[in-house]
Amino acid sequence: MTKATANLLYSKEHEWVEQLEGNRVRIGISDYAQKALGDIVFVENPEIDDEVIVNESMGTIESVKAVSELYSPVSGTVVAVNEELEGAPETINENPFEAGWLIEVEISNPEELESLLNEEEYEAFTNEGEE
Amino acid sequence: MTSTYRYLPDTKQDQEEMLEFLQVSSIDELFEDIPADIRLQGELNIPQAVPEPLLMKKMNQLATKNINANQYPTFLGAGTYDHYIPSVVNHMISRSEFYTAYTPYQPEISQGELQAIFEFQTMVCELTGMDVANSSMYDGFTSLAEAASLAVASTRRSKILVSKAVHPESRAILRTVADGPGYTVEEIQLTDEITDLGKLKEQIDKDTAAVIVQYPNFFGSIEDLTEIKKIAEENKALFIVSANPLALALLQAPGKLGADIVIGDMQPLGIPMSFGGPHCGYFAVSKKFMRKIPGRIVGQTEDEKGQRGFVLTLQAREQHIRRDKASSNICSNQALNALASSICMTSLGKQGIRQMAQLNLEKSDYMAKTLKQKGFVILNQSPFFNEFVVELPRPVKEVNAKLLEAGIIGGFDLESDYGHENQMLLAVTEQRTKEEIDQFVEVLEAIVNG
Amino acid sequence: MVEYNDLIFEISRPGRIGSSLPESDVDSVDITNKLPKHLIRDVPAELPEVSELQLVRHYTALSNKNHGIDNGFYPLGSCTMKYNPKINEDVARLEGFSRIHPYQPVETVQGALEVLYELQEELAVITGMDAVTLQPSAGAQGEWTGLMMVKAYHAQKGETRKQVLVPDSAHGTNPASATVAGFETITIPSNENGLVNLEELKKHVGPDTAALMLTNPNTLGLFEKEIVEIAQVVHEAGGLLYYDGANANAILGKTTPGQMGFDIVHLNLHKTFTTPHGGGGPGAGPVGVKEKLIPYLPVPRVEKDGEKYVLNANHPLSIGRVKGYYGNFGILLRAYTYIRTMGPEGLRQVSESAVLHANYLRKRLEPYFEAPYSQVCKHEFVLSGSRQKKLGVRTLDMAKRLLDFGYHPPTIYFPLNVEECLMIEPTETESKETLDAFADVMIQIAKEVEDNPGVVLEAPHTTVIGRLDEVQAARQPILRYEKAVEVEKETVKS
Repeated sequence: MTKATANLLYSKEHEWVEQLEGNRVRIGISDYAQKALGDIVFVENPEIDDEVIVNESMGTIESVKAVSELYSPVSGTVVAVNEELEGAPETINENPFEAGWLIEVEISNPEELESLLNEEEYEAFTNEGEE
Repeated sequence: MTSTYRYLPDTKQDQEEMLEFLQVSSIDELFEDIPADIRLQGELNIPQAVPEPLLMKKMNQLATKNINANQYPTFLGAGTYDHYIPSVVNHMISRSEFYTAYTPYQPEISQGELQAIFEFQTMVCELTGMDVANSSMYDGFTSLAEAASLAVASTRRSKILVSKAVHPESRAILRTVADGPGYTVEEIQLTDEITDLGKLKEQIDKDTAAVIVQYPNFFGSIEDLTEIKKIAEENKALFIVSANPLALALLQAPGKLGADIVIGDMQPLGIPMSFGGPHCGYFAVSKKFMRKIPGRIVGQTEDEKGQRGFVLTLQAREQHIRRDKASSNICSNQALNALASSICMTSLGKQGIRQMAQLNLEKSDYMAKTLKQKGFVILNQSPFFNEFVVELPRPVKEVNAKLLEAGIIGGFDLESDYGHENQMLLAVTEQRTKEEIDQFVEVLEAIVNG
Repeated sequence: MVEYNDLIFEISRPGRIGSSLPESDVDSVDITNKLPKHLIRDVPAELPEVSELQLVRHYTALSNKNHGIDNGFYPLGSCTMKYNPKINEDVARLEGFSRIHPYQPVETVQGALEVLYELQEELAVITGMDAVTLQPSAGAQGEWTGLMMVKAYHAQKGETRKQVLVPDSAHGTNPASATVAGFETITIPSNENGLVNLEELKKHVGPDTAALMLTNPNTLGLFEKEIVEIAQVVHEAGGLLYYDGANANAILGKTTPGQMGFDIVHLNLHKTFTTPHGGGGPGAGPVGVKEKLIPYLPVPRVEKDGEKYVLNANHPLSIGRVKGYYGNFGILLRAYTYIRTMGPEGLRQVSESAVLHANYLRKRLEPYFEAPYSQVCKHEFVLSGSRQKKLGVRTLDMAKRLLDFGYHPPTIYFPLNVEECLMIEPTETESKETLDAFADVMIQIAKEVEDNPGVVLEAPHTTVIGRLDEVQAARQPILRYEKAVEVEKETVKS
């Protein structure tokens, strides 16, 4: 893993969360998830000002062979959406942790972050699934 | 047990060889996994096999028990129409490479079907003025219900407003479908034979997912889509239009008048009436809903050498992948009828379809005018395409029985669906000649005066 | 074969026409006097402009790029790609059937209603049900219709049962139909023999069980031997049993869903009863029910009043209408003709031969592929490409390689509970020679995987087009022809 991922938090639904300034976080899907999905063809993100709720669906991500729900790792209000993905969903495959981010959220309950996994725990979690 | 059935090729020797290879003594042994107490004892109680010549005779006899539109001129419409179908249509759809194929899951050996569907999608987009069309649906009625379900799912609102001037069977099926997910369906009352915009404004609210109207409507009249769109838009409800594709040769495309979803049935273009089915629903949407469209859709792409080819695409949302999360359970289309319709539209072409629509307009106009001259009241207050309502001094059922005696199939009785007594919905297609129309008017006059 | 790659729009030239309509014999009408301007079409629909022969050549060329049953073997599991008899096509095209309007007075369509009535009766016998509706257009619509009846049945008893149980090997339509009908789906895992796990089923059955949906034989081609016990478990909890008739080709005249304990059945006439698949439809999915569910059948129903056939919409407990008019009549006619052609003995032989053929082919192929359920099958069987996968060749590649030999591949990657699945259904209408030839090719491919995998990985080699880029198709969808694109190209050229 690259240096950039060391400070990220992860959900068991394979989203990563990056803490930005204040209560603002950026959300994306993990490298593990993009590999499992294969060629991503479309992302349905929530819109700015939409409310997202922890562990509830916030959108869908579509590959040629599957559509998967995106489960929000936090609760809060959407403040930014990665518009680039609309024309270039493959960005998620190419660069899931940076250019392939999904949305930014102003979180309403910072305590929720505590239940997320750190990189090491997430790696252990995905390895478990491999067996 | 040898080849006594022409569809079963096994000879006695074939079967013996296969059984021997399987090391079983009889075919019955292969069915021993069916518990004995649920095995069928004796034969199925159905009629014995009939050889082909006798069966053809029997089917011909059954067919002649019906009166067809080639024998008696028909003035029935109400969603299904007697239109001319060019001979090439039947010849081309009879190519068994088309009709004996399954859904084109293997694109390398299905390019013919896939391209034909791609062309069909294009023609539907052209007629409706929409961005995207799917490969077809069961029929226009079920397409309408699917459109309502799409609107409910994508707006997350739970009420559908449907004009009472939408086909009664569409509304009935919509009610059945709505019972599944449990959204509500409210009907919009009419002024004369047109959707009442005042009532629409009263009924529409923040929970309205979509407004549905028909174009031309069930009574043949042409609704003002612009006004309806305004009301829908103000309330952020989707605007769904059910349109007769032939009429769209003359009428402004619903896509240009703000429709979000346009649906209908291709039957008027190349598909026989066939006692109501199979017909062919179409389903077109604006780009915004491209990835929510139910059913199958064909897209253009390339192979590794850069050659153009076609594949089923946007499939990930379909039932066979999404299972219980799928937005629709539909896993087939009416490919062969979509093909028939494409061939008919190709045969008619850009000019022919307008000419055909114009003939419909003129003949119905002529019939209405002639009836008026004879003192009949035409109830349509708005302009109509190829259907209109005439008021009769007697029950439609009685009149239709008399017309039948005179060798004419009369119009649709509005009593049972609308409670409108003595009102007959007449359809006049390009198939009806001036003589047939004149004869109808003459017989009608005699009936009501007699 | 001459290569042909044009779209109909690309051969179109302004001024050509492929049909001739009569001149108007009535007064002309100027639409601009009739309608406000904004409701009159301003830009004509760009339909193609070609002569009749150009049209014929175009569609003939397209048909040459398509593989149907008449072209060759089509062992697509679960789809029952059997021969589509020609007499059925002739019957459906008789004017007395094709040119009748659904709203004609019933006196003028007695022949059509007789066909529908008799077909209802015969399908009821074949399935062991008490009544049948012919309305649903396809299997999926049949499933939904059946589930709406399940819902109405429970509602009438004052119950709202929310759960539909579906085995993990079920067709994708089962859970999708359950969702559309407003139920939630509970998946029941299969046991190691590929059958419903009775113990697991018992755990999930309860007061919230609306129905169990089952295919028997199941999608692995195996007969659910414990079906009587399964039915008992579901019935004791107050639930109903729904039979997905996709695999009915295995049981004609041998047993019936009624005897197995099912309450509702749908049939796919385009599978078992030889009506053509048409490249994806139209089909027909009639639904049969046991007596207790008759009141909920969709309306109108075709009934007999003395000697006269009638349409009756007056059934107050009915779930309502599910489909326009009376179903896909043209398809129903074909199935009726087929049942008449075969009779009771013929139908029984259909299933016997279908099962014999499947077992013969299975046994011929088992030495060369993993056979996760090696036992007597019914009309179809599954193999796994897992052995080949270890050598770097996937089932998809082998499927593509089959195209080079003129075969449509089997169903692949379904059912979901078998790795690298190949699901093969040879049907009864294929000769032993065809089965042997197909087996030889499959064996050859298995050997190629070991000796020369490249030839499989790069397949197909002989088709009009190679493997297509599905990712591009889904990422940047091109779903219609755009004239503008062509204009640009031409401008560039000139």
